[in-house]
Amino acid sequence: MNRFLHAITVSVAIGFTSIGSAQAKDSLTIGFTLEPPHLDPTAGAAAAIDEIVYANVFEGLTRIDQNGVVQPQLASRWDVSGDGLTYTFHLKDGITFHDGTAFDASDVVFSLDRARAEDSVNAQKPLFAAIDTVKAVDPKTVRITLSRPEGALLFNLGWGDAVIVAPESAATNKTDPVGTGPFKFVRWTKGDRVELEAVSQGQPIRKAVFRFIPDPSAQVAALKAGDIDAVANLNAPEAVLAFQADTNFEVAIGSTEGETILAMNNARTPLNDIRVRRAISHAIDRQAIIDGAMFGFGTPIGTHFAPHNPAYVDLTATYPHDPAKARALLKEAGAENLKLTLKLPPPAYARRGGEIVAAQLKEAGIEVEIIPVEWAQWLEQVFRGTDYDLTIVSHTEPMDIGIYARDKYYFNYDSPELKAVIEKLNNTSNPDARTKLLGEAQEIVTRDAVAVYMFQLARLGVWRKGLEGMWRNAPVQATDITGVRWK
Amino acid sequence: MLAFLARRVLVLLATLVAASLAIFLVLEVLPGDPALLILGLEAQDDTLAALRGQMGLDRPAPERYLAWIGGLLSGTSGISHTYSVPVFELIGERLAVTVPLAAIALMLSTVLAVPLGMLAATRRGRAGDYGVMGFSQIGMAIPNFWFAILSILLFAVTLGWFPASGFPGWQAGAGAALWALVLPAFSLALPEAAILARVTRAAVLETLGADYVRTARAKGVGERRILWAHVLRNALIPMTTILGLQFAFLLAGSIVVEAVFALPGLGRLIFQAVTQRDLVVVRDVVLLLVAVVVVVNFAVDVAYAAIDPRARPAA
Repeated sequence: MNRFLHAITVSVAIGFTSIGSAQAKDSLTIGFTLEPPHLDPTAGAAAAIDEIVYANVFEGLTRIDQNGVVQPQLASRWDVSGDGLTYTFHLKDGITFHDGTAFDASDVVFSLDRARAEDSVNAQKPLFAAIDTVKAVDPKTVRITLSRPEGALLFNLGWGDAVIVAPESAATNKTDPVGTGPFKFVRWTKGDRVELEAVSQGQPIRKAVFRFIPDPSAQVAALKAGDIDAVANLNAPEAVLAFQADTNFEVAIGSTEGETILAMNNARTPLNDIRVRRAISHAIDRQAIIDGAMFGFGTPIGTHFAPHNPAYVDLTATYPHDPAKARALLKEAGAENLKLTLKLPPPAYARRGGEIVAAQLKEAGIEVEIIPVEWAQWLEQVFRGTDYDLTIVSHTEPMDIGIYARDKYYFNYDSPELKAVIEKLNNTSNPDARTKLLGEAQEIVTRDAVAVYMFQLARLGVWRKGLEGMWRNAPVQATDITGVRWK
Repeated sequence: MLAFLARRVLVLLATLVAASLAIFLVLEVLPGDPALLILGLEAQDDTLAALRGQMGLDRPAPERYLAWIGGLLSGTSGISHTYSVPVFELIGERLAVTVPLAAIALMLSTVLAVPLGMLAATRRGRAGDYGVMGFSQIGMAIPNFWFAILSILLFAVTLGWFPASGFPGWQAGAGAALWALVLPAFSLALPEAAILARVTRAAVLETLGADYVRTARAKGVGERRILWAHVLRNALIPMTTILGLQFAFLLAGSIVVEAVFALPGLGRLIFQAVTQRDLVVVRDVVLLLVAVVVVVNFAVDVAYAAIDPRARPAA
C-alpha cells in the first residue's frame, strides 16, 4: 500500500514541477501560432522559419534592427565604390559555426552563390538579382560586384533568406540548423516545440523554447497559467485588453510591415475606371474598420508603406471618408448599382474587416457579395488567376512598394511612370535620394488609387513583467531574442 | 467459421481498395498548387516547376496512383512535401500521442457511461433515470472544444493542477506525458460518455424485459447477479458497435481538441496537411483512418461471434 501511495505522489509531483519550469530566470518560453515546415530560412518562404532562427541561430552579413535600420553583423564594416557597383565587406574575426567549423569569406561566397544559383530553391532570388560576382579577397574580406547599382543591397543582405551557412552543414539545415548565431539548435519535437541553447556563458538567456500553440485562446490560457512567458504577436486582440489590466504582464503595442489593403482588380470593368476606384476609396472609413475588426489596434495608412518608416508620406487625407462624394463619382462614371464580389482569405483582418467594408460600400450604392476562401484557393484564384473584383489582404514583406512595378502582379496595374521611379530607386544608393524617390512612388500609387490603403497591422506583444529586450516593432519577420533578459 | 472469417477479410480488402481509389480521385480534384504554397508569392516560375518535378507532380495520374499503392505494399512511404521526412515516420510520431489519448478517453467514457447507463435503466422513471438522461443531453449538446477551454481555465489557469496545453513527449517521462493527456482525454470523453450512457440504458432496458431474465428471477437468482452476469452480456452487443465507432472517431475526430491543447497528434497533422496541400500526408493518413474503421468493424463482427452464439454461422 505504501509503495502504491509513494508512486502516486511521485508522479503527481513530477506533474507539478513540469508546470513551474517556465519561471526560471535564465530560460524563456515563447508561444507561436504557426509551426515552420523546416528550419532553413534560405529554402522556404514561410515567415515561421525566420521567426525562430533569424538572428538567433543564423546571421547574415548585415542585420535589421528593431527600428528597421541596417546594422553590421558578420561584416563589421564595409566600403562602397563611387559608382555603387563594388561592395567590400570586412568580416568579423574568431567566429565559428555551431558545429565547430570556422567562419570565413569562403562561407559567404558559398552562401550567396548557392542562393542565386540556377537551381536554387531560395524563395527570394530577386534579392540577389543585381549581384554579378562574389569573391573572397582573403579569409576576412569579401568583394561583391554588381551588374547594376542596387540601393537596397545592404538591407537585402539582412533578410533571413541571405543568412550565411556553411558548406559542411547546409544540406541538413532543414532539420538540424547550424549557424553562427548566439543560440544553437538543440531539438525539434515536431508539432510541439523547438529548443535552443545559448552558445556563450555570457548570454542572459541560457535556454529558449519556442512552443507551437495554434489556438489564440489556448495561448492566452498558457500565458495565464505560466506555461509560456511571452507571445510576440498575440492573435487575440480582445484578450490584450484584459492583459493590459493585469499587473503581472506587460503589453507592447507595436507596428509591423503589414499593409492591409482592399485590393481592386484594375483590369476588370468597371474597376478599370479610376473614378470608380476613387469612389470606393472615399466610401471606406478606416477608423471604423480598425475599431470594428481589430479592436482599435492598427494605424491608418494612405499608401503602401509602413508609417513607422522615416520615408513614409502621410496620404490619409487624399480620399477622406465621404459616401456622398463616392456616389457622385460613381454616377459620373456611369457605374451606379454596381455588384461586386469580395474574396476574403482566412485571417480575422479580412473576414471581420470584409463585413465592415461591405457595409460601407453599400452606403455608397455598391452591392458586395462576400466569398470566403482558404489560402490555397486565394493563391490560385486571386493571386495567380486574378479572378476577383475586390479582396482584402495584408502584404507583410518589408519595403515592398516595388510590387506595383511588376508585370502580371495580381493588381493588374501598369504604370510606366511608376516603373520608371522604381527603376531609378533600384539604381540609387544615396539615402536622401532614396527617401525622395520612395515618396514619389507612394504618391503615384495613391493618386492612381490602385488599391484602398486601409491600415497597418499592429503587433500585440504580451509577456511576463520583468522580461526586457523583446522587440515591439517587427520591421522583419523575426523574433530576435539575442538582447532579451530577465530583470 | 473459417469461411465466415475469410469472407469478412475479402470484404475488408475490397473496401480498402475502393477507399484508396476514392481518396486519390478526390485529391486530384482539389484545387491548390503545393509548390506555390511552399515557396510563396515571390517565387519564380522556373523554381516552381523545378519543385513540382522534385515532388513528382508532373507525372500522369494513373502512374502516381500505382506508385503510391506499390509504395504502401512494399512498406516504403512517400516524403512529406512540407516536412521533408517519410510520412510513416510522421504518422508514427503522431500516433504516439493520439492512440494513448484515444485509449484513455475511451476508458474514461466507458467507466463513466456504463454504470450510469445501468443505473438509469434500473431506476427507470425515477430521479436517477432523469438525472442521468439530463446529464446525457447536456453532454451531447456541449461542443467538446468549448468544454476543453472551460476545463483549461478552471484546472490549468485557476487551480494550476494541469498544464494548459502542449505535450512534453514520452522522453520527459510517462508521468508528465500522461498528466498532459488527462484534460484533453476528459474533454473528448464527456460527449462520448453521454452517448454511450444512453445506448447502455436502452440496451439494458431491452434486456431487462426479456423472458430469460424473468425466468432467472423466478429461479431466485439475485438481482445483482442477473444484472452483471446475464443482462450486461447481452447488452454488450449494441454497446460494442458504439465503442468501435467511437474509437475510430476519437482517432480522427480529436482534431479540434488537439488544436485547443496544442497536442502533436494525428488530427493536427491531417489538418495542417490539408491547409498546406501536402497531398502525400493527406492520402496516407486518410487511408490509415479508413483502414482503422474497417479493421475495427471487422473486429466487432468477430467479437459478436464470440459474445453471442446466435451470431455465429451455423456449424
